[in-house]
Amino acid sequence: MIRVQELRKYFGQTKAVNGVSFTVEKGEVLGFLGPNGAGKSTTMRMITGFIPPTEGVVSVGGFDVVDQPLQAKRLIGYLPESAPAYSEMSVRGFLGFIAELRGLRGGAKRSAVDRAIEMCFLGSVAHQTVETLSKGYRHRTCFAQSIIHDPEVLIMDEPTEGLDPNQKHEVRTLIRRMGERKAIIFSTHILEEVEAVCSRAIIIDRGRIVANGTPAELKQRSHSAGAVRVQFGQSDSSVGSKLSQIAGVGEVVTLGQSPLTVRVFPKEKNAAEGLARAIGETAARERWQLEELHTEEGRLDDVFRSITLPDTKPTT
Amino acid sequence: MSEATLTAIQAQAAERRGVRTSGALAHIWTIVKRELAGYFESPIAYVFIVIFLLLAGFFTFMVAGFFERGEASLEPFFLWHPWLYLFLVPAIGMRMWSEERRLGTMELLLTMPITPWQAIVGKFLASWLVLGLALLLTFPVVITVNYLGNPDNGVIVTGYIGSFLLAGAYLSIAAMTSALTRNQVVSFILAVVICLFLVLVGYSPVTNLLVHWANPWLVQAISSFSVMTHFESIGKGVLDSRDILYFLSVIGFSLFTTSVILRSHRAG
Repeated sequence: MIRVQELRKYFGQTKAVNGVSFTVEKGEVLGFLGPNGAGKSTTMRMITGFIPPTEGVVSVGGFDVVDQPLQAKRLIGYLPESAPAYSEMSVRGFLGFIAELRGLRGGAKRSAVDRAIEMCFLGSVAHQTVETLSKGYRHRTCFAQSIIHDPEVLIMDEPTEGLDPNQKHEVRTLIRRMGERKAIIFSTHILEEVEAVCSRAIIIDRGRIVANGTPAELKQRSHSAGAVRVQFGQSDSSVGSKLSQIAGVGEVVTLGQSPLTVRVFPKEKNAAEGLARAIGETAARERWQLEELHTEEGRLDDVFRSITLPDTKPTT
Repeated sequence: MSEATLTAIQAQAAERRGVRTSGALAHIWTIVKRELAGYFESPIAYVFIVIFLLLAGFFTFMVAGFFERGEASLEPFFLWHPWLYLFLVPAIGMRMWSEERRLGTMELLLTMPITPWQAIVGKFLASWLVLGLALLLTFPVVITVNYLGNPDNGVIVTGYIGSFLLAGAYLSIAAMTSALTRNQVVSFILAVVICLFLVLVGYSPVTNLLVHWANPWLVQAISSFSVMTHFESIGKGVLDSRDILYFLSVIGFSLFTTSVILRSHRAG
């Protein structure tokens, strides 16, 4: 549905987006990650046709966003970063205006507005003006506007920003449900959101894609992925050296002293299988009391920090 | 290709064109409706209309001496319009695009399946309609002058047409300056300055002064760019196509420049 090829955007000397390529198909939810100013919003604005690219091609549903903007824009629903809405209009009036611009009239317009109000839980404020709404409601009003025409493509710039935890959960559930039938791109700072919602994630830094894969694949790149975390009930000082003697064990890092908690890294990252079992067998033989023993999946925030700040070593 | 298929293709193309024009008008109308609702749901339209009517009345009756003249004509009424509009029209137009930029709704509006032209024309027309409504509400002065004497109502009609076109020209300039900045005060001042320039180059006290320094034909050429020249000529009751064309080209040029400014903002 969405094809982005070698997209570049220069603002004067600044290269805001510097050669980004990816595709998103129907049924995919793509998470867009990156530090502030990495070029996430700029990329989304180019996909939605708000700003023209300096170089490169964006096509949505086969329509080039620059050459056939109207056809492409018809397919897209867009939630901009600041969730703007006309402040003097009522929620219902605003949604009706957007529905009309989307070509809906009469009964179709009314039912689209009703459906969007229901999906975004706006019923209680439908007749209030936008300026009287709290931030969460205003955000949801703009969210409702983006799905009013049931678009095939949904682009959302930080859709959960400024929402309370319950609302965040609702919005995530909504995105995941809609992602079954649509092509969705959304940007976020919240890494747990990526794991909860996305089928794929892209990490972008200084205008370039630095990682692209499923959340599980990305977590594999974490330095702690495949390591085994062990917590002891009671322990003596010899455990460290005994652990290092187990076949396949590389480094043993102490995370805490009482109770003693260690992270055991495999010698080679790919040969992590069986490490937990080997440690368990040793523990049984030595009669260690274990409180916890598990293989770590790796953490997205470790990956995020290690690839977006290459100069700093990731900390545990 | 057979003739039948060719006709069919042409018919299809015509149909698509038809759909596109009606779609464009529908989009413009949607935007006009929203803008009008915005004006009348906020105090802006009411405040503007009341102040316009008060000031128009004040200038007509107190300053221009409507009664003292002893003539059945609306000349003292229209005489002040270029000066009255000079501040009131930029006040209406200053928020047209700067507000969209400040609220961020421009990003919403321009990612809808409409062309920037439809948005520009729709927003302009809505504000022009508000100005037109304010102008229409001055009808009591027409009734008064008809009650007191026997004015040439043809001249009054052309006077109104000229005044409406003048308001449109000012408004298009305010639309252009509001696209330049998200600061409404800056947008207002720029619009006033540009409109003032267009007034002064044709204002007789200024042109009389200029004649001393420059060739008369040069002064005349410059003053033909002034709104005053064309407004006064329409106000005399002569609906010359050149005067109408002048106002329409000021509007067209300003709105075109608005579209260029908006595009260059987005291009970065």
